[in-house]
Amino acid sequence: MEDHILLAHGSGGILTHELIRDVFARYFANPYLDDLGDAALVGELPPGRVALTTDSYVVQPLFFPGGDIGALAVCGTVNDLAVAGARPLYLTAGFILEEGLPLETLERVVVSMAETARTAGVVIVAGDTKVVDHGAADGLFINTAGMGVIPPGVDLSPAYLQPGDALLINGPVGDHGLAVMLQREGMGFGSTLKSDTAPLHGLITALLDAIPGQVRCLRDATRGGLATVLNEWVTSSASGGPGIEIEEAAIPVREEVRAACEFLGLDPLYAANEGKVVVAVAAEAVEAALSALRAQPLGQDAALIGHITSEHVGRVVLRTPYGARRILPMLTGAQLPRIC
Amino acid sequence: MKYIDEFRDPALAQQWIVQIHRDAARRHGARPIRLMEFCGGHTHAISRFGLRELLAPAVELRSGPGCPVCVTAAADLDRAIAMADVPGVILATFGDMMRVPGSAGTLYDARGRGADVRIVYSPLDALEIARRHPQQSIVFLGVGFETTAPGMAAALLQAEADGVPNFSLLSLHKLTPPAMRAILEAGEVALDGIIGPGHVSAITGSAAWEFLPREYGIPCAVAGFEPLDILSAIGALVRAVVAGEAAVINTYARGVRPQGNLVAQQLLARAFAVAPADWRGFGVIPDSGLALRQTLAHRDAARLFPIEARPAPQPTGCRCGDVLRGVITPTDCALFRRVCSPRTPVGPCMVSTEGACAAYFQYE
Repeated sequence: MEDHILLAHGSGGILTHELIRDVFARYFANPYLDDLGDAALVGELPPGRVALTTDSYVVQPLFFPGGDIGALAVCGTVNDLAVAGARPLYLTAGFILEEGLPLETLERVVVSMAETARTAGVVIVAGDTKVVDHGAADGLFINTAGMGVIPPGVDLSPAYLQPGDALLINGPVGDHGLAVMLQREGMGFGSTLKSDTAPLHGLITALLDAIPGQVRCLRDATRGGLATVLNEWVTSSASGGPGIEIEEAAIPVREEVRAACEFLGLDPLYAANEGKVVVAVAAEAVEAALSALRAQPLGQDAALIGHITSEHVGRVVLRTPYGARRILPMLTGAQLPRIC
Repeated sequence: MKYIDEFRDPALAQQWIVQIHRDAARRHGARPIRLMEFCGGHTHAISRFGLRELLAPAVELRSGPGCPVCVTAAADLDRAIAMADVPGVILATFGDMMRVPGSAGTLYDARGRGADVRIVYSPLDALEIARRHPQQSIVFLGVGFETTAPGMAAALLQAEADGVPNFSLLSLHKLTPPAMRAILEAGEVALDGIIGPGHVSAITGSAAWEFLPREYGIPCAVAGFEPLDILSAIGALVRAVVAGEAAVINTYARGVRPQGNLVAQQLLARAFAVAPADWRGFGVIPDSGLALRQTLAHRDAARLFPIEARPAPQPTGCRCGDVLRGVITPTDCALFRRVCSPRTPVGPCMVSTEGACAAYFQYE
């Protein structure tokens, strides 16, 4: 086999077949994929509503502390299904490869995807590969689509939020955003920091089972971070959503993340996460929800961070440790480090 | 977190706030004690921690011109954008500069139409780009005060030492004391005291502000950037104002010495000479800028790419200049929040994270 991806790997000829056989089919191996038909025939689905989602992954660097683009492409899509209340079942994976990409790099990514999918209990049932000219892509892009089923009785939506509902998060925020940024920019500090990339559906299933009917809605706090999720919730309906109040001191942030943010002038509340879910539950279910989350490996540091309020409708307000209140707005543009 | 949490202790902050209100009540005056925080970093912290709300009505805080992006003249920015458009040029700068509107677009716009504009975190990163692209000419768009300029000087001297020929600087670096003096000379806003810039003073030394009590009879407290740093500086200023005593008070002794950082000062002197500079909102202030020394003229982008600076019209209604001189607060501007927001900024004070308008918009 060649050492690098060539345009011919995307031509549909011998090299394409070798690539599929020696990399994709080899590591993703499952009965659906092994047929190599034009469509995966997954058969009957369990009872419930079908959920579909898709997401594209273009992260740089491809490998970062705590994860890589492959693990991310599985977890991101699994989590999008999970926060809708769905049990993730099947994924598809589309690869856009840049001519000249070392084959070894692709193999590492595919191995990571396969391992992550196995851990998450989902099957990659269909795939596609395209190769573009050198310079037309940044190494490797992945698109994944996911299918899952929302069991009967589970119904989550920001429309169900009510004043008094409690807001929880399953652990410290900002790990992924800062880990990737420090790695990408080659900053020689924060070397212990790792991305939190992880599939969340196990944690979410445990929560939904522990307090049936009491979870209002869930959202994974990816791009734009915790602050963005909360802002999406308060502007979720045309008539204006509820208001949200959160306690700055209650939001878990890892020491290394805080330090890096202080240093660079960033706000961890806007930094990306890939293994954090924001949870809204009925007020009376707070303790049970926290116990259920904390009993899971990915929820040990779960915390109550705020609540839904009928005040300041359509706005997220943060209470500082000094008792002052300030608006936590949507992020505009990219977060950039300050000059001095 | 060590060195952070100690300076954010809510109980101690509360004690300061009570004390400040108590001291301020002993002063007879029709208006609140009005202090100017020179530095945009202070403005940001004051907004972020909600200190303005907690100190009202005893103390009123006015933002000053201490945001390097904001005081960059539109004409200078136009020049930088024109340089970025020159074929073969890679323009490197800090991220904050990318979205600042010049008279015809931003550096992001220039990048969108094909100019090679790169965000770096340090001038040394730009030097590295120069090493990797020997066929291209790397222009660093340098903005910033005494704090940022020594790093730039170090990169220039490194380029000299290593013989990297394709690295130059468009120096828009500025010095802070002349701008402070310009505000007081103009007399547009009555100020009772100045919160001195902590990071700038770490380089210049607190002695750089001695002219404030000596010539203008007002106190200056050099402050750090954590809530307790700022509150202790405000507390010291309020006491000085009530007692009618003017002096320079260093409340940031863990970072600032009276004589400053001599190594950094020497670096500055080796690379730069003091020159006039064009400040947005002020116009040209004598002896307020840093131009490259004659010995580094071959690295002066202004000479290498002689682009005529044309006067740039101000956007209609934008009052960034008045905000930068402390004449108004951001909410006094008719465009604030209505037309001008971080998403569609009209003026630079809404762009930079250190800009007063952005801080008010974000937090207040």
